Amino acid sequence: MKATELSIGFMPLTDAAPLIVAQEMGFAEEEGLRLDLRRAPSWSSLRDMLSFGQVDAAHMLSPVPIAAALGYGGAGAPLSAVSVLSANGNVIGVSRALEEKLRALGHDFDFEDAGKAGKALIAATGQTLRIGVPFPFSMHAELVFYWLSALGFAVPEAVEVRTVPPPLMAEAIAAGEIDAFCVGEPWGTKAVENNVGALLLPGKAIWSFSPEKVLAVRSDWAETETSLTERLIRAVWRAGRWLGDPDSRMLATEMLARKTYLDLSPDLVERALSGRLVISSKGEERSVPGFVEFYHGAAGFPWRSQAEWIALRLAERIGRDPRAAALAARQVCRTDLYRRALQGTSADLPEASSKTEGALSAPASVPSASGTLILQQDSFFDGRVFEPLPE
Amino acid sequence: MTDSISIIVVEADADRAVQIANSLKEAGECEIQIISEPTALSRRIREVQPDVVLIDIENPSRDMLEGLALASGPMERPVAMFVDRSDAGLSTAAIEAGVSAYVVDGLRPDRLRPILDAAIARFRMFQRMRKELSETKRALEERKVIDRAKGMIMKARGVDEDEAYAILRKAAMDQGKRVAEVAQALVTAAGLLS
Repeated sequence: MKATELSIGFMPLTDAAPLIVAQEMGFAEEEGLRLDLRRAPSWSSLRDMLSFGQVDAAHMLSPVPIAAALGYGGAGAPLSAVSVLSANGNVIGVSRALEEKLRALGHDFDFEDAGKAGKALIAATGQTLRIGVPFPFSMHAELVFYWLSALGFAVPEAVEVRTVPPPLMAEAIAAGEIDAFCVGEPWGTKAVENNVGALLLPGKAIWSFSPEKVLAVRSDWAETETSLTERLIRAVWRAGRWLGDPDSRMLATEMLARKTYLDLSPDLVERALSGRLVISSKGEERSVPGFVEFYHGAAGFPWRSQAEWIALRLAERIGRDPRAAALAARQVCRTDLYRRALQGTSADLPEASSKTEGALSAPASVPSASGTLILQQDSFFDGRVFEPLPE
Repeated sequence: MTDSISIIVVEADADRAVQIANSLKEAGECEIQIISEPTALSRRIREVQPDVVLIDIENPSRDMLEGLALASGPMERPVAMFVDRSDAGLSTAAIEAGVSAYVVDGLRPDRLRPILDAAIARFRMFQRMRKELSETKRALEERKVIDRAKGMIMKARGVDEDEAYAILRKAAMDQGKRVAEVAQALVTAAGLLS
């Protein structure tokens, strides 16, 4: 049988791994698919390539399809998130100048305590903070806003958020255009490597299990191409499982580093996958288990409660009715398709499609098909919890 | 408010920028500003308050424009993302040509249309030139590889140039590959062995 070719857009980031691995390791082929992977120059271009049918599916920031459903960003077709591709995987970094100030104030760069790091950052910053994020609709922006506002910083008034595409983040901080950034790996590591910044926190120190990227398709495509959608979900899920095995790390690193994908030294790519990050130009290393998660804790499961959380944060910021936004987000998040695609595989899926976000301060088991699904810690740094609408 | 449409063109290449500006001026009454520095983008857009912003899809700075959709202050003007929402055909044509346009809400479609048509035509031309250039480059590189492979065959088998090419062509046909691919394989393999 000849494989069906799907064109898939991605941004050069470590968390594009499930799509790259699905093609390179033959998981797509097992499903009779051939993935034509196309690197996009920016998130907006990728979103438009998807909306206007130049690609069939895309590696996408989890808030983008939700923002589009609320009428923000892109005027194309409605988009659906049919799987989460990865949880966590971002870093927050500061310029060398800000690093010096923080050290002078006694901050130890433990790369763990978001409350402590945030207070130190606010103390070191003064009136305003210029922070770079890759896109206005991104988990990066949401994490930064959540973190700083929880600590009493005037958000968004005192925070000047600048959009900087990930590959340009190191240059932006070197040029003094921003004081800090939140970006996906390996681009934070790149800033450290270029001697222009230091890493302050991993994103997971703010929310320990945040849906970072999703597999997005056009909503009408998901309806008309049900079989292709399901095959793609399965291929990506198997790729995630392969990535979840520490033995895969070296090969995955080599694959991602290639010219057609990230086009960077494997050494930089490897740090995020192993969770051992070099945080400063002094060579200090910090270990973050689960720095980026592709498989464990049902990482691919598109929780409606996570989509609602994103929708409510967006709605609050742009002045929309929260309930309508939450309901729209539910439509975007195709938990139903994900379940159907993985029926008959060994994937163990939770019984519920929505959960209290932030309730788990340690891994815990939840009711699932086989009864043994362990979810990872999902708490917020300030201990708040988020209750979704009833299912 | 004047009658002419105010347009910002984001383009680092000065030659291309001039060509775009000329095409747009032919299409209608407009004032054009060119921005080549991505760092100044947001500030300049706030200052100029253009009706339309045109930017190459390949330009990573395009993401910086997305935040404009959220501008809601009294001094800021709402910007419709991409092109006119009612005209999907125009949007698709723009995307395929490799240009994105950010348009202020409320600009009349009949005034916008000729401007965008001109921009799309110009970007199509750029795209064709880019493609031709890369095709030419590729053809040249392939010719070089084929010449090297021919040289190796001539030396190893003591045949003349035509015969060496015939050998390559036959191998390519037998394997269902292009001559350039077979030549490349030979050159790579020889590199490994020497």
